[in-house]
Amino acid sequence: MPSSPAHATSSIFSPATVRPAIGSALAKLDPRVQLRNPVMFVVWVVSVLTTLLAVAGFAGMGEAGGYSPALVLVIALWLWFTVLFANFAEAMAEGRGKAQAASLRKSKRDVQAKKVEGPRVEGRGPGGCRTALVSGATLRKGDIVLVQAGDTVPGDGEVIEGVASVNESAVTGESAPVIREAGGDRSSVVGGTLVLSDWLIVRIAADPGSSFLDRMIAMVEGAKRQKTPNEIALDILLAALTITFLLACATLLPYSISAVMQSKAAEAASEATPITVTVLVALLVCLIPTTIGGLLAAIRIAGMDRLVQANVIATSGRAVEAAGDVDVLLLDKTGTITFGNRMASAFYPVHGTTAEQLADAAQLSSLADETPEGRSIVVLAKQKYNIRERDMHALGFDGTPASFVPFTANTRMSGVDLPVSAQYPLGRQIRKGSADAIDAYVSRMGGTPSVQAREIVNEVSKRGSTALVVADGKGKTLGVIELKDIVKGGIAERFAELRRMGIKTVMITGDNPVTAAAIAAEAGVDDFLAQATPEAKLKLIREYQQGGRLVAMTGDGTNDAPALAQADVAVAMNSGTQAAKEAGNMVDLDSNPTKLIEIVRIGKQLLMTRGSLTTFSIANDVAKYFAIIPAAFMSTYPSLGALNIMRLNPATAILSSVIFNALIIVVLIPLALRGVKYRPVEASRLLGHNLLVYGLGGLLVPFVGIKLIDVLVNLLPFWS
Amino acid sequence: MSDPATALVPAATLAAITGPGVLQLVIYLAVLLAFVKPLGWYMARVLEGNPGEAPLGLGRALGWLERGIYSLGGVQADAEKRPVETGWKPYAAGILVFNALGFIAVYGLQRLQSVLPANPAGLGPVEAKSAFNTAISFATNTNWQGYGGETTMSYLTQMLGLGVQNFLSAATGIAVLAALIRGLSRKSAGTIGNCWADLTRSTLYILVPLSVILAVALVSQGVVQTFRGPARVALIVPLSYSEPVKNDAGEVIKNADGSDQIRTVEVTEQSIPLGPAASQIAIKQLGTNGGGFFNVNSAHPLENPTALSNFLQVLAILLIPAALCWTFGEMVCDRRQGWAVLAAMLVIFVPLLAATYALEARGNPTVAALGVDTTANLGELGGNMEGKEARLGVANAALWATATTAASNGSVNAMHDSFTPLGGLIPMWLMQLGEVVFGGVGSGLYGMLMFVIVAVFVAGLMVGRAPEYLGKKIEPFEMKMAMVCVLVPCALVLVGTAVAVLTPDAYTTSNPGPHGFSQILYAFSSAGNNNGSAFAGLTANTPFYNIALGLAMWFSRFWIIVPVLAVAGSLAAKRVSATTSGTLPTHTPVFVLMLVAVVVIVGALTFVPALALGPVVEHLQLVGK
Repeated sequence: MPSSPAHATSSIFSPATVRPAIGSALAKLDPRVQLRNPVMFVVWVVSVLTTLLAVAGFAGMGEAGGYSPALVLVIALWLWFTVLFANFAEAMAEGRGKAQAASLRKSKRDVQAKKVEGPRVEGRGPGGCRTALVSGATLRKGDIVLVQAGDTVPGDGEVIEGVASVNESAVTGESAPVIREAGGDRSSVVGGTLVLSDWLIVRIAADPGSSFLDRMIAMVEGAKRQKTPNEIALDILLAALTITFLLACATLLPYSISAVMQSKAAEAASEATPITVTVLVALLVCLIPTTIGGLLAAIRIAGMDRLVQANVIATSGRAVEAAGDVDVLLLDKTGTITFGNRMASAFYPVHGTTAEQLADAAQLSSLADETPEGRSIVVLAKQKYNIRERDMHALGFDGTPASFVPFTANTRMSGVDLPVSAQYPLGRQIRKGSADAIDAYVSRMGGTPSVQAREIVNEVSKRGSTALVVADGKGKTLGVIELKDIVKGGIAERFAELRRMGIKTVMITGDNPVTAAAIAAEAGVDDFLAQATPEAKLKLIREYQQGGRLVAMTGDGTNDAPALAQADVAVAMNSGTQAAKEAGNMVDLDSNPTKLIEIVRIGKQLLMTRGSLTTFSIANDVAKYFAIIPAAFMSTYPSLGALNIMRLNPATAILSSVIFNALIIVVLIPLALRGVKYRPVEASRLLGHNLLVYGLGGLLVPFVGIKLIDVLVNLLPFWS
Repeated sequence: MSDPATALVPAATLAAITGPGVLQLVIYLAVLLAFVKPLGWYMARVLEGNPGEAPLGLGRALGWLERGIYSLGGVQADAEKRPVETGWKPYAAGILVFNALGFIAVYGLQRLQSVLPANPAGLGPVEAKSAFNTAISFATNTNWQGYGGETTMSYLTQMLGLGVQNFLSAATGIAVLAALIRGLSRKSAGTIGNCWADLTRSTLYILVPLSVILAVALVSQGVVQTFRGPARVALIVPLSYSEPVKNDAGEVIKNADGSDQIRTVEVTEQSIPLGPAASQIAIKQLGTNGGGFFNVNSAHPLENPTALSNFLQVLAILLIPAALCWTFGEMVCDRRQGWAVLAAMLVIFVPLLAATYALEARGNPTVAALGVDTTANLGELGGNMEGKEARLGVANAALWATATTAASNGSVNAMHDSFTPLGGLIPMWLMQLGEVVFGGVGSGLYGMLMFVIVAVFVAGLMVGRAPEYLGKKIEPFEMKMAMVCVLVPCALVLVGTAVAVLTPDAYTTSNPGPHGFSQILYAFSSAGNNNGSAFAGLTANTPFYNIALGLAMWFSRFWIIVPVLAVAGSLAAKRVSATTSGTLPTHTPVFVLMLVAVVVIVGALTFVPALALGPVVEHLQLVGK
């Protein structure tokens, strides 16, 4: 899915998307398709009716006192356009999805799978099993396959043996290879991805048709048309409004007949005629919420489409809408709030050692330490004391190289041994490690463990940091290095944004409460859960839910699965385990834990677009009354002409309204596809703003639009 | 959206708007609002209390009666002797059965009144279709009256039938509202109250005490309260007229020359109808019933004799509906919610009141064209005085007309039929809004809360939240029920009017053309929204109207009550979502505006075509002349 959002919005009406959409719009005229949308179905029915009236008119059986058959036909055509424009909007949205689905399908070509048959000797890899080539489509859940370098993974599954680098660009669009291995949190593989090196033995986790790619294709194509409860409620509102207007228009006929009878009784010469069915139908179509009714499907499809563009797969539209309502967001500390690794942040010298000396010693001991912690010590020494990085080979003397002592689980220290040289006549040994390990080392070297260093170590721990003690070979403790959890840049701002959205952030960490509190404060999260176990996470989510909050969570590990299953919105990282992905209701292909902000925004946009266009659609009706009522009752009650405040030509006012009503759908397609802009401000202010734009705007726009169309329509000589 | 009426008033002279007139309206609103909090608080205590519990010592004084009613009625009680609460279905069944029994009782009393006591005027049984209409009318809190009270109903029928139903139909409204409020305030609950307890308590502790106070106040002003039959009074100036002499068969006896035989009749005394009026008028106003004791309702000098009685009665019309907003806020533990709903009602009511006053004060251009001075000056009230009481004037008539149609009261102190076209449009439109601007006792607020559900739904979408009200998620079921509540009255009014205008028998209007259409539209707006007021010009005591309007009243009442209770049950069972900064607050001015817009737009869009063919065209023809 390499399509960028910029690309998506700039070319909404490009010929490549419009042409197939037009064809599809015509195909959707099938009444069985229309029946799904009650509002548009009403328009469809009256379009048929008006067309018949036009035909009857040409045959000389037109309505008494009605329009010329030509004008009835033009109105009928515009009613058809109303249906077509709505179909077109839906087709446009579908078209965008289909293009993405097509590119996904390319990667879904059938592959040959090496299915493991018979007994398998565990631990011996490819050598331990006998395989047979079968078609990937025949694989069922539970089957075991061997995938080797150059093979395409035949289906979603879990690695049960082996390690391999895999190119997942077919799914994620990211071409850098990722490691997949048995056990742990990186054990899931996705069908259609390519194994670059080594081999994997995979247990297939999905039957054909329900794999990840299938789900994605289904989603982007909008094939899953199950309406969310919110959409159903909106459908009910729109259907009820349609019924109301149907009644208002249908009863107008008896009212009008009675009014005509009355005026005939009062004045025999009266030329009053009852309102024609054509006019009633035009009034009806203008009043019922065709704007939102016509764009509803497009809004839904476009919402899912935006999600796919954000590289997130949702299992249901309901999950996307729920995302807009999230109250609490649970985030893993490591990798989400902080970088995965700790970094050196300060040097604390002891026993008369200067800070520079300590930094120098610390740097020497870390030069060969390629761990992120080690690198960070070198960087800090340079930043703080301008101790430049030395070449390791330059530290040797007379051909004797400096020897580096790597960290082992046994010694729990690392360091460097410098050979005897002019600078160090006795040579030099430096060690850094945990306080206990260094104390033991110092004692071994004949020194006394430093009480002062121990105090500093305790203080550093209280702050939520890790302490490394540095000592030399003379048994002298030089000082302490503080390693800190580094909060990611900009994360505090993102949390502030979430707070403005009304979302509370909770950090989850295995750290002790002291450390957790310090990091929580720095990152600006609202709350934290320290020493978190899977049970504690589950309990926390349940507590929030009991309190009436909607909980979102991101996770990747198998131990996150229960909590993911409990959370209302659960985003699993694509890099995570199959269990996590199954438990969640969304998968983030970028494995970016702050993606939830994007998801929340998309969920909110989806609802806002629906609400705003509903308001707009209803507000439009006021102007349409002013256009149609005076024109409709011209012959019965000429004095109603006073309501013609737009000064429309009574002969064309109704046509102009119908044209406006149809065109506004097209005009709003880009808005429906892009979504109404969401700003993280107070709900009340947002409502005020949207009421002003879509409510008041909806009230005023048609006055201008209908007048303009009427002026243009009257430029044609046809009517006079 | 601005009110279409005011938009059409040319900036011509608003001839008879007077300082005292405006002052009366301001004082009225101030006094009404002053009562909202204390009465609202009191009603909340009553609706939340256990048997025998009510503030101000009333619980102690009347608790025995309450418990007596429960044990007499066999109301199930729990271990602590509290009536057992039920879910929405038994609650709704109770309400329906109770009201059906009320209907049967009123029907029976009317049909049998000639053989029952307390009938000093010796009135015969009420005609069947009229009795059907009246029985539904009083059971549904509509109090549409196709009959003239003093010439149709015995004292027993008035008191035991109509008077009792005045209490019980109002109590029904309060009970249903209480159930809905409990649905909104409870968390994951299966019950919404006990309907018998709610009916009993709201009658005993709210409606009866208030009525007693008001009745006594009205008697002090000269409203009659007696069991004596009509009083015969000597005329100050005797009257004589001529009439043809008829034989026993009703045929005019001819003179020898073929002309009619004429005799002169001398009238020296008149018969003044009396009766137990004050007690019934008190509840007629307080319970938003509106059915008058006398035919001309509160325009009758013995039903509404003084300026003070007029003020008290019009105050009583909106008193309970306004105060229930506070009760609502109190019971959901968030008084701001109550204020917000009340504010929305006022935002609609006050401009319409001002517009009615302005339109009526401006007078009728046709009358002005005849050279009649319609300006207000010393001793002259001015404005459009046709159909208005000279004692009360334009301001009071406008206030009453607006209040009685805003609330589903329907009593009148002036004839709405004689209002200017647009002045008459406003009361009609207030009814068409669904009787939710104050509305009936209880029914107004529960109707408004259905509109709140619609408003919350659209507003929630507009801020990107799944819609919720007071922490309760609004889902398809609530939406369906709310839309039924909005649709039913609209359909009844529109379809009823359509059937009537096509039925030749139904054109019993006093005027042809648009005004006649307005009269029919008004009748169905009134019945289809359980108001009961009438454009007096329509002769409604016909078989067609008795049955058509009767059905409209029944469906409008109970096809709303049942969905409202269903919503109450569904909401009660829901969890309550926590309030966060992302939650849409429903007590802010923006939300009030949203609610007003939903009520006004639904009301306007549904009825604009019909109104255009009635009062609007009538107005345009009038000013166009």
